[in-house]
Amino acid sequence: MRARRALRALSGIVRREMLRFVGQHGRFAAAVVRPLVWLGIFAVGFRSVLGLSIIPPYQTYILYEVYIVPGLVGMMLLFHGMQSSLSMVYDREVGSMRVLLTAPLPRWWLLGARLLANTITVLPIVYLFLVLARVWDVRPPVLGYAAALPMLVLAGLMLGALGLALSSIIRQLENFAGVMNFVIFPLFFASTALYPLWRLEEVSPMLAVIAWANPFSHAVEMIRFALYLQFEPVAFGMCSLALVVFFGLAVWGYDPGRGFWARRTAE
Amino acid sequence: MTALAIENLSHGFGARRALYDVNLSMEPGSFTVLLGPNGAGKTTLVSLVTGLYSAQQGDIRIFGHSIRRDPLPALASLGVVFQMPTLDLDLTVAQNMAYHGALHGLSRREGMERAGKELARLEVSDRQGDKVRALSGGLRRRVEIARALLHRPQFLIVDEATAGLDVAGRQLLLTHVRSLCREGLSVLWATHMLDEVEPADQLVVLHRGSVRWTGEAREFAPGQTLEAAFLQLTRSPS
Repeated sequence: MRARRALRALSGIVRREMLRFVGQHGRFAAAVVRPLVWLGIFAVGFRSVLGLSIIPPYQTYILYEVYIVPGLVGMMLLFHGMQSSLSMVYDREVGSMRVLLTAPLPRWWLLGARLLANTITVLPIVYLFLVLARVWDVRPPVLGYAAALPMLVLAGLMLGALGLALSSIIRQLENFAGVMNFVIFPLFFASTALYPLWRLEEVSPMLAVIAWANPFSHAVEMIRFALYLQFEPVAFGMCSLALVVFFGLAVWGYDPGRGFWARRTAE
Repeated sequence: MTALAIENLSHGFGARRALYDVNLSMEPGSFTVLLGPNGAGKTTLVSLVTGLYSAQQGDIRIFGHSIRRDPLPALASLGVVFQMPTLDLDLTVAQNMAYHGALHGLSRREGMERAGKELARLEVSDRQGDKVRALSGGLRRRVEIARALLHRPQFLIVDEATAGLDVAGRQLLLTHVRSLCREGLSVLWATHMLDEVEPADQLVVLHRGSVRWTGEAREFAPGQTLEAAFLQLTRSPS
């Protein structure tokens, strides 16, 4: 009985997030256009600058566009995760977060459902981008699209959990803009999304270490390998670990008796 | 069993003390007015009763279930209208109701059936397909009351829901909630408006985080107006 109630709540939360996402036309369009701009302009421009050797999972020399696509998919998940957290801060400011948190279900379940809902809403856009990327000759094996699905879900959950944890400590929307700059840009640029690790090692060993420790790099690599029908256990393990840590922090942050939520003044 | 039992409740934010040693008891089916000036601690009390925060000291029980130790049955029996509007402005009234129903474990069909009935009782059923953004403040409040009743709670908390409404809007909400009370619902009505108090109501006066007076409203101001007695009580130093 309780499981059925919990599943109904999950389905209600997913439906609400999808309705909200589809209703936000600007955000919806930006989610598709942003990676296409990177692919169609940035990647083409940098093709001649950034030569690539043969690196796994690729079995031959590849164009820069082929390399960058998993990174751009990661970027879509990262932006979406952070924007969803921003909507959590907004929900709290306008009060609708109270409706969620006073539902008669464990708070970790409600937060997890919200996280899963956010991830599910972005997946159709990610696949639309992957299909459009075929125009630029980025053509992984057809089965690779299916193999990437669980990795996309894991990466989406992990990055969303990071945003959720951040949203629990941010008091106001204005503060969130700063955090976006301090979180999104470092995570994205200090990762293997735009350049492979060996390239970073050549230029700056320190940056390479940071990129290796960056969970976003592991999300990108996990997706990259899955698209080419390979499993990358280290990236998978690191992403899973990061998900547990970030989600644990988020649950702690939203706990009524502990964490940052408890220190908040009555709004 | 009491609808709401609050014992020795204290809570603060940093150095600021918001509630101090609050004790309160509500019988099932009673209409209790929590009266206090702005900043008295009413919203903090509502936040603690609804489990948004955990009280630093004391205990809150809703129909015997402690909000700290046994929060889920306590929350299941609770309907809340917060002071701050909590509807999704870009969703329709029906979508907002369906979302709330799902959070309380109702199937989509059951949720929509109940939503239709509750909205009809508040005369807003013809606006189900409209986005909340298109509704006036008064209509939004009516939708919030209907939503809070969707899962058929035994206990309704209404926190300053009439603030900003015109006289007719306030009257309609108050009359509706009082009629629910006669059907057996227990209501805690937090307000700073003295004209919302009726002589037969249970009255709790909260000032600077402490309960200053509690009892039947008709006994609050013998020989003087409610306003004079309230001002006298809340002007005195803590």
